[in-house]
Amino acid sequence: MRRNKGRGRFIFFCVAPAVILFVIFMIVPTVDVFRMSLYKWGGYTAEKKFVGLKNFQTLLQSEKFIRSFQNQILLIVVVTVVTFALALIFAAILTKEKIRGQNFFRIIFYIPNILSVVIISAIFSAIYDPNQGLLNSILAIFRGERDPILWLGSQKIVIYSIVIAMIWQAIGYYMVMYMASMANVPESLYESANLEGAGKIKQFFLITLPLIWTNIRTTLTFFVISTINMSFLFVKAMTNGGPDSASNVFLSYMYQEAYTNSSYGYGMAIGSVVFLFSFGLSAVLNAVTKREDIEF
Amino acid sequence: MAKKNKGPIRETSKLNKILIYIPLILLAIVIIVPVFWVFMASIKENVEFYRNPWSLPNGFHWQNFVDAWQTADMGSYMLNSVIVTALALVILIVVALPAAYVLSRFEFKSRAFWNVLFMAGLFINVNYIVVPIFLMLSQGDTLLRKTIGTPFFLNNLFILAVVYAATALPFTIYLLSGYFKTLAKDYEEAAYVDGAGPLRTMVQIIIPMARPSIITVILFNFLSFWNEYIISMTLLTKPELKTLPVGLMNLMAAQKSAVQYGQMYAGLVIVMLPTLILYMCVQKHLTEGMTVGGLKG
Repeated sequence: MRRNKGRGRFIFFCVAPAVILFVIFMIVPTVDVFRMSLYKWGGYTAEKKFVGLKNFQTLLQSEKFIRSFQNQILLIVVVTVVTFALALIFAAILTKEKIRGQNFFRIIFYIPNILSVVIISAIFSAIYDPNQGLLNSILAIFRGERDPILWLGSQKIVIYSIVIAMIWQAIGYYMVMYMASMANVPESLYESANLEGAGKIKQFFLITLPLIWTNIRTTLTFFVISTINMSFLFVKAMTNGGPDSASNVFLSYMYQEAYTNSSYGYGMAIGSVVFLFSFGLSAVLNAVTKREDIEF
Repeated sequence: MAKKNKGPIRETSKLNKILIYIPLILLAIVIIVPVFWVFMASIKENVEFYRNPWSLPNGFHWQNFVDAWQTADMGSYMLNSVIVTALALVILIVVALPAAYVLSRFEFKSRAFWNVLFMAGLFINVNYIVVPIFLMLSQGDTLLRKTIGTPFFLNNLFILAVVYAATALPFTIYLLSGYFKTLAKDYEEAAYVDGAGPLRTMVQIIIPMARPSIITVILFNFLSFWNEYIISMTLLTKPELKTLPVGLMNLMAAQKSAVQYGQMYAGLVIVMLPTLILYMCVQKHLTEGMTVGGLKG
């Protein structure tokens, strides 16, 4: 009996602090996002007016929101496809080929992942600088020094410049992730494939890919959420949404509305859309990529 | 990691072998060169930035670092970053370890509920909820101003550390639980037979065994706390309280008008050097630790 009482108390004191912090700083704010989206609220004044779904109506008619939505979709699709393709290819090369300096490459490729996005943004700002930038100075060899390309200053190009920086940052992380799961695929499968004369590319699609599919699925789901977040970090540090809102994404637009314009209710309507969109997309991806699990 | 191929001799010609190295070397260059370039730029004099960006520095212009450290206040920002990161890590470990242990190894009524809730937390990104967190704290301050007279929540390094720790809980608990679940029940039973209570069992037996996982957790969270800037920028508005990445962003903005290139790149080096050094020391642990979380292929 005494043991049980002590045990209950132990469980309580172990779990309670974590639960309290988690509820205060994650659950309550998440609920708040949805609740506040129904109010018109200037922020510092106590005046909150319930307006129902009106914020959402305004949102759907806002050109700036549509623009940030388009940017977000473009970023998610392009960054995901390119990052996953490259990460898988490089992981396959590093695990399946006898490469000298395999460790060296793994260490180097992972470096961007440990740097702050502010650092990466500063590095890419230096690369993209129209006059003294690394990129334009290389291109000048081929196309002369006339009218330098405004990598971050042109409304059309800016989003692709951010795409490149994001891919640069993400490849290594996912490569290392896939290297670990590829190393778990039994070598005997490749040996028998060799005996049957299947080429390496065929082996990649018929053995490697199906066997690490569970891992790819999990990472894909999280990648969507992380891309929405990362694109915000990059945009905030590199362009702050500019030029003229051309590079705004979901969260940078939300942040802008909430702080610069102090319209919290409207900002949280954007936040609600972000939540619903990312969960919806994750669920869809999860359903679409479902395959029979292969045990090995 | 690569296993020796014991099958029949493959017909990989030398040309093929070389072709494989090309993408690897290209990607390595694309990653190393920009990082290396920043180190070079950090010792250049301001006039050198108007020449070819690929030119080597004329000499070691250490003054950039002195300027960044003193004039641009990177020294005090560094101190703020160290305080916040260390505090956040301590709070996180103290709170997450017992919770993960109990949630993964004890049977009790609400256990499944909390486990699901923390799992759901994995899908909530901090930056999705930064605005409500800010508003909650600022409302708390308004209330305090009326009652006690002094605000407490915003512009407080400790509160920032608490927010960091709290929002890192789902991932940390997930990772640690994954490890605790692999341990055999025998440890607790043996400890119980020897007369040790649950607290002593946890502190003296379970936690020491979990050391590798704890190190992994500390590494990942160190990087994310040290590099974070959106929450820091939002919750700390006083200039003297800025953390390193936020200070760096200010330097970047200032650089555009005042043209202090050298100083800015020195600032960049100051921010990334600690993480790079740490990475070089623990890279094996870090890249292997990624898979501890139970993402089996």
